[in-house]
Amino acid sequence: MAISNLEVQSLPIADSPVHSKKVVNDFSIQIATVNGSGSQSANNILLRSIFNMGIPVSGKNLFPSNIAGLPTWFVIRVSREGWVARKNDIDLLIAMNHETFHEDVRSLPTGGSVIFDETFNLTDRRSDLIYYPVPFDRLAAATGAEMKVRKLIKNMVYVGVAAQLLSIDIKGLESIVRKQFGKKAAVADVNWKAVQLGFDYAASTLTKQDTLVVEPMTATHGKIIIDGNSASAMGAMFAGVTVVGWYPITPSTSIVEDLIKYMKQYRVEKDGKASFAIVQAEDELAAIGMVLGAGWAGARAMTATSGPGISLMAEFAGLGYFAEIPGVIFDVQRTGPSTGLPTRTAQGDIQCLAGLSHGDTKHVLLIPGSVKECFEMGVQAFDLAEYLQTPVFVLSDTDLGMNNWMSEPFEYPEKPINRGKVLNVKQLDELGGFSRYKDVDGDGITYRTLPGTDHPAAAYFTRGTGKNDKALYSERPEDYQRNMERLVRKFETARTLVPKPIIDGTGKQKVGIIAYGTSDCAVLESRVQLECELKLATDYLRVRAYPFTQQVDEFIAQHETVYVVEQNRDGQLMNLLKTDLDPTQVTKLHSITHYNGLPIDARSVTQAIASHEGANK
Amino acid sequence: MSTTPVSSAPVKSNSIGLEILDYRGSKSTLCAGCGHNVVAERILEAYYEMGIQPEKVMKISGIGCSSKSLAYFMSRSFSFNSVHGRMPSVATGATLANKTMRTIGISGDGDTASIGIGQFVHLLRRNLPIIYIIEDNGVYGLTKGQFSATADIGSKLKTGVINDLPPIDVCALAIQMGATFVGRSFSGDKKQLSTMLKAAIAHKGTVLLDIISPCVTFNDHEGSTKSYKYMKEHDEAVNETGFITHFEEISVEYDHDTTVDVQMHDGSHLRLRKLHEDYTPTDKAGAVNLLMETHEKGEVLTGIFYVDTHELDFASRLNMVEEPLATLPEERVRPSREVFAELMQAHG
Repeated sequence: MAISNLEVQSLPIADSPVHSKKVVNDFSIQIATVNGSGSQSANNILLRSIFNMGIPVSGKNLFPSNIAGLPTWFVIRVSREGWVARKNDIDLLIAMNHETFHEDVRSLPTGGSVIFDETFNLTDRRSDLIYYPVPFDRLAAATGAEMKVRKLIKNMVYVGVAAQLLSIDIKGLESIVRKQFGKKAAVADVNWKAVQLGFDYAASTLTKQDTLVVEPMTATHGKIIIDGNSASAMGAMFAGVTVVGWYPITPSTSIVEDLIKYMKQYRVEKDGKASFAIVQAEDELAAIGMVLGAGWAGARAMTATSGPGISLMAEFAGLGYFAEIPGVIFDVQRTGPSTGLPTRTAQGDIQCLAGLSHGDTKHVLLIPGSVKECFEMGVQAFDLAEYLQTPVFVLSDTDLGMNNWMSEPFEYPEKPINRGKVLNVKQLDELGGFSRYKDVDGDGITYRTLPGTDHPAAAYFTRGTGKNDKALYSERPEDYQRNMERLVRKFETARTLVPKPIIDGTGKQKVGIIAYGTSDCAVLESRVQLECELKLATDYLRVRAYPFTQQVDEFIAQHETVYVVEQNRDGQLMNLLKTDLDPTQVTKLHSITHYNGLPIDARSVTQAIASHEGANK
Repeated sequence: MSTTPVSSAPVKSNSIGLEILDYRGSKSTLCAGCGHNVVAERILEAYYEMGIQPEKVMKISGIGCSSKSLAYFMSRSFSFNSVHGRMPSVATGATLANKTMRTIGISGDGDTASIGIGQFVHLLRRNLPIIYIIEDNGVYGLTKGQFSATADIGSKLKTGVINDLPPIDVCALAIQMGATFVGRSFSGDKKQLSTMLKAAIAHKGTVLLDIISPCVTFNDHEGSTKSYKYMKEHDEAVNETGFITHFEEISVEYDHDTTVDVQMHDGSHLRLRKLHEDYTPTDKAGAVNLLMETHEKGEVLTGIFYVDTHELDFASRLNMVEEPLATLPEERVRPSREVFAELMQAHG
């Protein structure tokens, strides 16, 4: 992506809020509603209608930890350049929540416009904004809908108003509404009527004063829209997952709920029998216990959780590492413990996960940066876990997991499933037995058998520490140390198998940027801002796994300054890099952090780098 | 081990042609005289006598003296000594991964009734097919003699400390929570324990056996209610258990007035001769009442308290394919390209 949206942002602001120049396919809409008011489908319909016109679009649900009653916002970013990071400035506000109305209006930049409920009392009217009052209740009533559904129908009215003001394709919109409500024709009819009433009202009563419009493009043709959790669930199913132990926790819950939906549809055999077992556990301790029990017995097993669950899983994670048992743990990261911001995003678990548990543990982490990678790493995690015989964590976050993202369609996994080094009866006969923890191949990965293998020499005893190569009890210092050293060798093998980073740029710039996960979309946009505004060209490396691969060291060595961008307070990835790096390289690293619970935006990254670069000069 | 030269006497074997030696484990490192050693012996004998192939058994434990004893029987079975109080979840995962295996969980009173009580009750609710053994001595042995949650009020530690908190009756809990085979025995009662273990092997569902297994080092003194002496004086059997395997011919008639015959899942028969007139082995509330009443009298009720052979076990409830999930081939666990295309289409 070559150019940014800066051209538009730097337009001179006229004295009058009425701009003469059109702003095409490059703006943000914020919809402020009350949680539980049913705005989710309306917002997704609006998002879809723009996507279906071929225009790149992203939607972020900024919602509270609440079932009903608290304020919630949905932000749609329309970007002809394809930028999908959250943008701080809002161009169009759809204000449906009286409680936050004044604050929402105050936060708009000059020239912004507001679609709002005409019953809202606008006390301090800003003169630099454009106002579109709409009689939502009257229009909802005009649909003839029953009283109890009018609250929901109101949301469809704003879809119609926005569609008219922004020139959204109304025919396309109708087909989306009808698809959304599926076979429930009467429901679809009343919703569509609400859209039409909003559209007609805007056409007949409101005078378009803002400059925002959508115009058809072809940039989204062939693309899909999906959230990261669905993509992860799909990955797990195509990886051949068979046992799932889980405990509900926001923002990871929908991974397993979607998985259940998929598995019931695609993994029930002709005779009605399931090729899987999914158990809602009593807590996360039990969830990971089931995963390790199943992994030990040979199943492809997984769980999905978030930070608090990860904390509870710590002891078992260590057992999995030492006892060398495969399992996949999806961690959809959120902010800190207990209540507060469980629905907000962060990248605050990476440092904890890298060494989760006690007594010299190291874990393999896969870090998707897109929904496509949620799928791909969802598949790959199972192969790696079984090949390496260790728990593998897949780290996404609320933003990636729960928001809808555009993506190229995924690709069917071509590589056959890799079940790792498992000995069968014939091999045991030929070998005359085996030593469970003997490093036969020199890669630190030893051979195992599965319970039920019908051979007198198949069984072995699994425990945490305190064993020799033959899996017999031992507290001999040399046995413990030899095993620990082999586990290091295994981790070095993992380093060669995990996904390599994605590197962009000429490799010749002085400044490098390192980021991971959802910080990617902000960094991509920021690099263009830096280049256009500051003439600062950068190289960029996106980390996709821990342990870090060779390319990360090389990238840091090639640059004078390396900014490490992440969404936590303490610069956790940077800390991990510092531990791994040659000490002479460490001073090159500079931390850029974002940690307010909202997804990171490009402008913040640009400002932080600009400020540091300015200070450097 | 005997050093006598091998005689020509025929070696005894079980119904599948294996010898008792095929069921042996490693040498015990527990204290001499520990009840757990005896329990381990009874367990391996039961599997031998039932003709169960050791490779078809998964042994899983938590942490503690009891959990260590996993290593002291059946080395040819697959063993997993996991973490403290978490045997139930590990056993659940393993059993679902391969439902064709037989799972036995070994735990202790601390491992189950304190740190593991959460996982314990949820395992019971699910009626997981497992034999869950609690080797119950009322104290923590590996940490040198603290009370556990099954210690009786008034029981005295060696240090003179008296327990003043009520015990958790794991059997009453198990009956209430959904276990389908619940009993208590004493490591010193060879006949009762052996019979109960064989019947347990024949059952499909959660078997909870609370086996009083005295700790000779920390809880076998005067004033302890989990000592050999106390058990010998206060053991009150609710029934006399008999067991006839499915491969034996039933030759003994029984008195229908005094004996209940329960046909087990594998076709064998459990015969419970009532020693208590109020007792019916299918009455949950009655069993719990009896347990409470006996406890109030200061007696320790043993025997099989409750059996339900009709309730669906957890693995069956999940309606899984016949074969172990663990080893299903790729074509049965990775959906087709057509399915993939359909999913992509749905999101386009």
